[in-house]
Amino acid sequence: MKDKAIGALAGLCAGALALPAAADEIKVGLLLPYSGVYAALGNDIEAGFRLGLAAFADETEARFAIVREDTEVKPPVGLAKARKLVLDDQVDVIAGVVSSGVLGAIRDFVHNSGVPLIVANAGNDEATGEQCSPFITRMSFSNRQVNRPMGEWLHAQGVQKVYTIAPDYAAGRQMIGAFVDGFTAAGGEVVGQEFTPFQTTQDFGPYLAKARASGAEAVYAFFAGGEAISFVKQYDSFGLKEAMPLYGAGFLTSPLYVEAEGPAAEGVIAALHYVPTIENAANAAFVAAFQAETGRVPSEYAVQGYDAARALVQATATGAADRASLAQALAKVSFEGPRGPTAIDPATNNIVQPIYVYETVAGETGLTQKVLAQLPAEADPANGCTLSATN
Amino acid sequence: MDFGFWLFQTLNALQLSMLLFLLSVGLTVIFGLMHFVNLAHGALYAVGAYVAATVAGMVGYWAGLLVAPLIVAELGLLLYWLLIRRMRQSGPMAQVLVTFGLIFVLLDLTRIIWGDIALGIEVPDLLSGRIEIGGVTYPVYRLFIIALGAAIFAALALVLAHTQIGAMIRAGVDNDQMAACLGINVERLFLLVFCIGCALAGLAGAVAAPVLSVTPDMGLKILIPTLIVVVIGGLGSLWGAMAGSLIFGFVQTFGAVLMPGLASVLIYALLAAVLILRPAGLFPARG
Repeated sequence: MKDKAIGALAGLCAGALALPAAADEIKVGLLLPYSGVYAALGNDIEAGFRLGLAAFADETEARFAIVREDTEVKPPVGLAKARKLVLDDQVDVIAGVVSSGVLGAIRDFVHNSGVPLIVANAGNDEATGEQCSPFITRMSFSNRQVNRPMGEWLHAQGVQKVYTIAPDYAAGRQMIGAFVDGFTAAGGEVVGQEFTPFQTTQDFGPYLAKARASGAEAVYAFFAGGEAISFVKQYDSFGLKEAMPLYGAGFLTSPLYVEAEGPAAEGVIAALHYVPTIENAANAAFVAAFQAETGRVPSEYAVQGYDAARALVQATATGAADRASLAQALAKVSFEGPRGPTAIDPATNNIVQPIYVYETVAGETGLTQKVLAQLPAEADPANGCTLSATN
Repeated sequence: MDFGFWLFQTLNALQLSMLLFLLSVGLTVIFGLMHFVNLAHGALYAVGAYVAATVAGMVGYWAGLLVAPLIVAELGLLLYWLLIRRMRQSGPMAQVLVTFGLIFVLLDLTRIIWGDIALGIEVPDLLSGRIEIGGVTYPVYRLFIIALGAAIFAALALVLAHTQIGAMIRAGVDNDQMAACLGINVERLFLLVFCIGCALAGLAGAVAAPVLSVTPDMGLKILIPTLIVVVIGGLGSLWGAMAGSLIFGFVQTFGAVLMPGLASVLIYALLAAVLILRPAGLFPARG
């Protein structure tokens, strides 16, 4: 009798355990840096991602289980962790990837193993250009997308001569290259350029003197993280902000760390695909939920995680549940999100979204972002990507 | 490339030099006195910056500048009692490994306590703004860094050359066994120098915080320049630390402006040249 009861109990337990799997459990591998220079970004993306899964849970039958792995912002580690997620954990989909270097390292593995990857940050143009893959969908941004329209906008504001400065690595060169394309195509002139040694430059003083002597009307800069903070503060401390206004790719004054820049960031005008002060219903809901969860305003990194989760939910809502069908469904998502109309370009699997020009201004409780202009969404050129031909 | 340009860049170079001097002087004297390699010195600099940022946020900049060196010196004391005292006889390899590990322990501790998001502090009102010197407008705070570094150098030079404790330290650096035979408590002297070195690292962190960003990895970033300064200047010597810092600051600054393509290589080429021609550095403490 006792044995029978135990057997029945065991059966019940097994049944209970098996149930979630029956209801389409999607296993998600979060591949993010939780240590190293981009740890803050990784944590913000994860916070956004979890929030997104919770917020849109009602729209799908699927349930999600998350496995997280730390890339340490090192390409070889990222590749090892991607292998672990795919081969050991048997995940259905990977989301994350902050560094373009890590994305480059895992691209072939992801493509060949046929696991859908939702890129939640890395912006290198090749990932949705000549290196594009039907399994890689980008929900963040591309370097070109953020910077080229800003070049046109800045020239339209009457700025004729610009000096550019950025760290000397792939993303720095791509961002500045795209800006220069847009700015010179509109008729502007770049009077000088500087690429500073990446992650070893702490004192920008020597370069700032050159910028001042260049005869430019304004400076256009791309820096991110610690370098952005040092650069913006030093730019202001030398009194350049009054003489030559500072413009840049929006990471320069990201809400994630703009408070560390303090008053030095006031008046800096930058372009980005998201700022927390965008006015629409989806963003209001997102900002409120994120603040309730973390006590901070969301950054562009958080929204990338949030939208990556939403894209995944939308893909599963179409009935997709395995790797191949998820990859196909992900390439077709589109929604009105916190960033406005957000969709995937079927030609490259890159996101298409409006770009916001914003000024960092002093608000009631600290620095905030004043949106100056919303630049229309533009799909990147295919650049050798042959997705549309094969699909 | 007029006079203003050269003056401006010279001030930039001096500012960088003084910051490096505050860091390298502690490292080099600890090394010279006790042949102890403390790679965690850079991590102490980061802790100093974080403490300064926290205290500055609560009480104000000057309190942060005062408290940071004290806290870091306390931390140094703790490290000394827990680890370094036991490692004194274990040879440079073990010391390098242990203090290298310490870097990562301290780095993760700062991440756990202060988080991954960078912090910043504002320059105090007294030192904000710019003044004009020789036709160049230059930030007051950077001049303050130069003055502070020079003052600390002068104070240390005075103490080393003209006081009894200075004579004892010089004796210890020159020949620690003989100094011990003469009745100098070399171990206690070491502890004193170690704490002062740590305090200076904390001070450097506090001074750098308003100019740079306060991030967990700032200690790692500053470590290599500091080691280069120590090697170029010569182990164990105050003048070596100053000379090494000045050389590094000027090569780095003018390299960045005049030969941007070579800037990151120049200082390493110089380091290699010094190692080949004067393996003991430019001003070694021991003849």
